Amino acid sequence: MSALLEISDLDVRFDLPDGEVHAVKNAGLIINPGECLGVVGESGSGKSQLFLAAFGLLAANGRASGSVKYRGEEILGTSPQRLNMLRGSAVTMIFQDPLTSLTPHMKVGAQITEALRLHRNVPHTEAEKQARAMLDYVRIPESARRLNQYPHELSGGMRQRVMIAMATITGPDLIIADEPTTALDVTVQAQILEILRNLKDEKHTAIAMVSHDMGVIAGIADRVQVMRHGEIVESGGADEIFYAPRHAYTRMLLDAIPKADESPSPVTDIGAPLLTVDDLKVSFPIKNGLFAPAQTLRAVDGISFTLHQGETLGVVGESGCGKSTLARAVLQLLPKTGGRVVWLGRDLDAQTQSDIRRLREDFQIVFQDPLASLDPRMPIGVSIAEPLKALEPQLRRETVRQRVRAMMQRVGLEPGWINRYPHELSGGQNQRVGLARAMIVGPKMLVCDEAVSALDVSIQAQIVALIRNLQAETGLALIFISHDLSVVRRLSHRVMVLYLGRVVELAPSAALYADPRHPYTRALLSAIPTPDPRIERAKTRLLLTGDLPSPLDPRAQLTFLKSRLGEPGYRPKLEQVAPQHFVAEHD
Amino acid sequence: MIATGQTLKAVEEVQGRSLWVDARRRLLRNRAAMAGIVILALIAALALLAPLLSPFAYNEVNYDIIACAPNWWPVEAACRAPGHLFGTDSVGRDLFVRVLFGARVSLAVGLVATAVSLLIGVLYGATAGYLGGRVDALMMRVVDILYSLPFVFFVIILMVLFDRNFILLFVAIGAVEWLTMARIVRGQTLSIKQKEFIEAARAGGVSPFAIITRHVIPNVVGPVMVYVTLTVPGVILTESFLSFLGLGIQEPLTSWGVLISDGADQMETAPWMLLFPAVFMAVTLFCFNYVGDGLRDALDPKDR
Repeated sequence: MSALLEISDLDVRFDLPDGEVHAVKNAGLIINPGECLGVVGESGSGKSQLFLAAFGLLAANGRASGSVKYRGEEILGTSPQRLNMLRGSAVTMIFQDPLTSLTPHMKVGAQITEALRLHRNVPHTEAEKQARAMLDYVRIPESARRLNQYPHELSGGMRQRVMIAMATITGPDLIIADEPTTALDVTVQAQILEILRNLKDEKHTAIAMVSHDMGVIAGIADRVQVMRHGEIVESGGADEIFYAPRHAYTRMLLDAIPKADESPSPVTDIGAPLLTVDDLKVSFPIKNGLFAPAQTLRAVDGISFTLHQGETLGVVGESGCGKSTLARAVLQLLPKTGGRVVWLGRDLDAQTQSDIRRLREDFQIVFQDPLASLDPRMPIGVSIAEPLKALEPQLRRETVRQRVRAMMQRVGLEPGWINRYPHELSGGQNQRVGLARAMIVGPKMLVCDEAVSALDVSIQAQIVALIRNLQAETGLALIFISHDLSVVRRLSHRVMVLYLGRVVELAPSAALYADPRHPYTRALLSAIPTPDPRIERAKTRLLLTGDLPSPLDPRAQLTFLKSRLGEPGYRPKLEQVAPQHFVAEHD
Repeated sequence: MIATGQTLKAVEEVQGRSLWVDARRRLLRNRAAMAGIVILALIAALALLAPLLSPFAYNEVNYDIIACAPNWWPVEAACRAPGHLFGTDSVGRDLFVRVLFGARVSLAVGLVATAVSLLIGVLYGATAGYLGGRVDALMMRVVDILYSLPFVFFVIILMVLFDRNFILLFVAIGAVEWLTMARIVRGQTLSIKQKEFIEAARAGGVSPFAIITRHVIPNVVGPVMVYVTLTVPGVILTESFLSFLGLGIQEPLTSWGVLISDGADQMETAPWMLLFPAVFMAVTLFCFNYVGDGLRDALDPKDR
């Protein structure tokens, strides 16, 4: 069997103002027809550039050398015409962000048929028919209507399915999928991976799966290559890589993945709760043009919980479930529409704005995007000192300086870096800055809003360990928000699962993972990819079909309680099924 | 832990630097901007020292040498005026000293009016944008109303009410220029307000005023600087327009705008009357542009 794609000695270099960057070093790989090659590596490992270079899509300042053979034909450095013929017809690509890779002003149908008309010279009506068939294949409901919609009218998962439809419609031999599920929720990710698996099995399309997620790779790849700093450090069959990794880096990647058996030390001191949230509601008016009546989006729709000192409450749910809104409302960063937030016995509603500002010493937040949450024009030392200066203005300069230095050391930053700017640091380092800024005022509660989601797994493990140590030292209470259930499990004592602004299940961590009661929790848990190829292959998935219903739809709350659909406005109630284990009503 | 202790001691020397200290360092390293600053300073010094540099007064009329070329003028001219470095104007006044006196007025108007518009416009725009909602709507409607006043009409009313006065020129121009600045800054603020670091500052207990001055304003500096470099020449030209209408500077005082418009009339017979003020003005505007670019780059930490 001859190889479909054979890359050897590929070197990619970029000319930057600061000098040359050697992005890919002497890389080689082979993809056979109909097989899936997984390429794993952390950000900056050159895994994307490898494929972009192979198909002549490098940025203008990049140069590639070596050899890339497609069915024995050398394509590196061949004419743009030949490459154009190849790309989009025999070899297609799927990128990470489905919104930016679809043209915003073109209808979905036109974009899907574009490749067909360019490469296959198919007449218009026939192309449309094929596009519809393709949308059905990738399981987009109401395909006929979707063809006439614009990309922004579709959800993220739907857009990625459109991308797959575009990539598949010309019947390519090879699809290069560059982090195709990274921007998606786990349940949607599971659906997309299912489609890609079907493509491979039914249409015998070869897939090059580029990902940082060992779990995703485990579920689909036949062979795996591990990349680091532009070099391929290990390659082999999926089973070899996962069960007998030889290179230290591969082992490190596998070890960094949160394991099931990890759990935090139990809370010792259960006194009065630090924080009590009672029936919290936050809604936003959604305006539909000038004259249409505004609709109300209930982002948080009656959530109650308590939090004790030293305890970690994990909050999980998919995008749009209201977990970030919940955090901001609890922290008084957003006005709430109803309910109460009580901090140490004080109702925060009764406080004035300046009282609340003073109370911010007690509760702090770490954000998802480490770079965006730091002022790009402030040296990190100043950023870290800022809450301290705002909340304790009486402190002397020298004291502030010392506390900043001590805090930086505590979170693993060089104190000599105080004059660095955020763009000069890595994502993990910036997240440490964010942590230092939150911890410097000595809070009693810390909210981590997807604080590790944007980081590579190895960095993620370090930050989680750091948060855990800080908690052990200071008795901090944590609200740990994430869409990633395995990270939440590592840290949380109790876990709260949100669905469209309401709690569907609240239980001690161990009970939730061992014995999930609500169908939504079960679907979420089964959608998590495990970095174990045998388990992944054998797994029968509880796939949720379709997307999350629109939170504007009044019946959306009853997705899991269809029997009550006749009663509009009915909200599923929480029922206690075991000590501390609450589940929303469901059919 | 010993090693950590040592590093702690070693880095104790590293002093915290603010954005402004870094910006000054970067600005000092920017050759074009520094050259611009030096030339501007030179022109300003010349303007201030003008009476000492020339034996002639700016209003000294000499009917013997009307519109005469300087001695060194290479092209043939109707008459020569020895001792007059830039020649003379159409009533025989020394052009050199008049160009320098014109610099006083033009630079003062350009800088003061721009500074006023910068101060009011940035604070006003940032406040409106950051507070948002009804406050924003109200503040911006005020701007809209002021915008709709016809500029010349506004100046004439001022003149009638307060008599003709040099200060009024600053007030009139400043009162108009800050409106655009406020709009630009408000627009930028609206987008910066959405950024996570603003939310982080709020969560850190920073007061709204401190957020505006410490986070919002430094981050709108880029577009503001570009607009400032456009405002300075704009203001200088507005001044010459007002003077042309007889609402600005009065003879025998002068400004570059007036000199240029006079010179343009005599372009064919006495080109030096246009050339010298125009060269001074062009050089000044060039310098402002480079300084503005330099400031913008200096305040952007990503630029090295």
